[in-house]
Amino acid sequence: MQELSVRHLLGIKDITPQDIQLIFETADNFKDVLNRPIKKVPSLRDITIANVFFENSTRTRLSFELAEKRLSADVINFSSSSSSVKKGETLLDTVNNILAMKVDMIVMRHSSPGAPHFLSNHIQANIVNAGDGTHEHPTQALLDSFSIRERLGEVAGKKVVIIGDILHSRVALSNIFALQKLGAEVMVCGPTTLLPKHIRQLGVKVETDVRRALQWCDVANVLRIQLERMQMKYFPSLREYTLYYGINKAMLDSLDKEITLMHPGPINRGVELSSDAADSHHSIILNQVENGVAIRMAVLFLLAQKQ
Amino acid sequence: MQKRLIVNPSLLEIMVLRLCHQLIENHGDFSDSVILGLQPRGKFVAQRIQRTLSTILGKQVPTGYLDTTFHRDDFRRRETPLTANATKVDFLIEGKKVILVDDVLYTGRSVRAALDAMIAYGRPASVELLVLIDRVYTRQLPIQAMYVGRHVNSLQSQRVLVEWKEQQAPEDNIWLITKNEE
Repeated sequence: MQELSVRHLLGIKDITPQDIQLIFETADNFKDVLNRPIKKVPSLRDITIANVFFENSTRTRLSFELAEKRLSADVINFSSSSSSVKKGETLLDTVNNILAMKVDMIVMRHSSPGAPHFLSNHIQANIVNAGDGTHEHPTQALLDSFSIRERLGEVAGKKVVIIGDILHSRVALSNIFALQKLGAEVMVCGPTTLLPKHIRQLGVKVETDVRRALQWCDVANVLRIQLERMQMKYFPSLREYTLYYGINKAMLDSLDKEITLMHPGPINRGVELSSDAADSHHSIILNQVENGVAIRMAVLFLLAQKQ
Repeated sequence: MQKRLIVNPSLLEIMVLRLCHQLIENHGDFSDSVILGLQPRGKFVAQRIQRTLSTILGKQVPTGYLDTTFHRDDFRRRETPLTANATKVDFLIEGKKVILVDDVLYTGRSVRAALDAMIAYGRPASVELLVLIDRVYTRQLPIQAMYVGRHVNSLQSQRVLVEWKEQQAPEDNIWLITKNEE
């Protein structure tokens, strides 16, 4: 009988490779459940989960909500834009008020790095980090690795390049931790202004030429330019970025091997990825979304046993 | 810990053969019947039943494995965490006569969970239960097996262990295990 080594899923950094394997094996079973005529199991019927989103989200929030409903949990949704946060309530007060309504688990997205870690020191409920600023986005990294495992058989020994805005990306950081824990080789690629200064200390390769990066890799995970997090100019123009770092079908066809293309969404078509590349057979972007529900079901199911 | 042998390999073989003949009495040529082994240990019983039936009938009866983890009622209430197993049901059970197969019938809660899990694959015409060992007087739910290998009178502190060669055991055996009082 196996269980997770943690009570909260705050980041990939805190969990062990065994935890990741357990989540994958459980997700395999949930994927099977999602392909049945009746896609629902009663495991979490006595659990209430609050989705607390202080930052915008479509995919992650829908995916979590669907995962919770497939597990028969009761779900309440909260978004900061339509709440008392606007009236000046603190994070801890907001969450304590939600918990006073007898909520067992919190799924939280927040624009400040470390917000879920802060919360985990003050409350009893299990916390799942659904993205904290530019820090971590653990479930995204798990579903990315799970999708690589599904497509290529395993993650160990594979070469994965993460391309684009590494500096502002929580997906990049969580992916680096997850891929390394599973034994993959990781490279980051982007303009030097969008690469964090000390990124090499994480043991990743660094490349600024996207063509060389694609030639090296088995899998390319392409990130969005997060204009909303940029306080200053990191490159002259979007058009210039696309010229140097945009990926299109012709580029993929010119490689002497077949690579797998991923994107955590939302895609800015025509910027980091052209439409013909995003919709090509190289792309597993929609498989990632499908796997997201199974991965989140597995995480919630396993954490619920740690109460 | 005391270990007492209650069914030896040759007895177990006879037991499985008898259960197969009882199944044939009710299911004839198995044209509308399917076997579902309950994960994790009912799988081995189901495989053995399927193999024995195929030597008698000369045909393979559709056999699947059902995992009940997500439907159990003791989730988050037990000491040890639950681990899920694979479910493999490659056929429709809509309108079929389903034979649920497990090794030991104890409280009846696994079987209740299995009934729930099975419904996700359709509405069967009927459901029957086959077990190798029925631990009498231990039921917590109104569930009884139609086909029983042997009834065993046991204490709650005891445990029945079925070993299969498929699980790397030296031979097929059924044991009654008594834990020593501390």
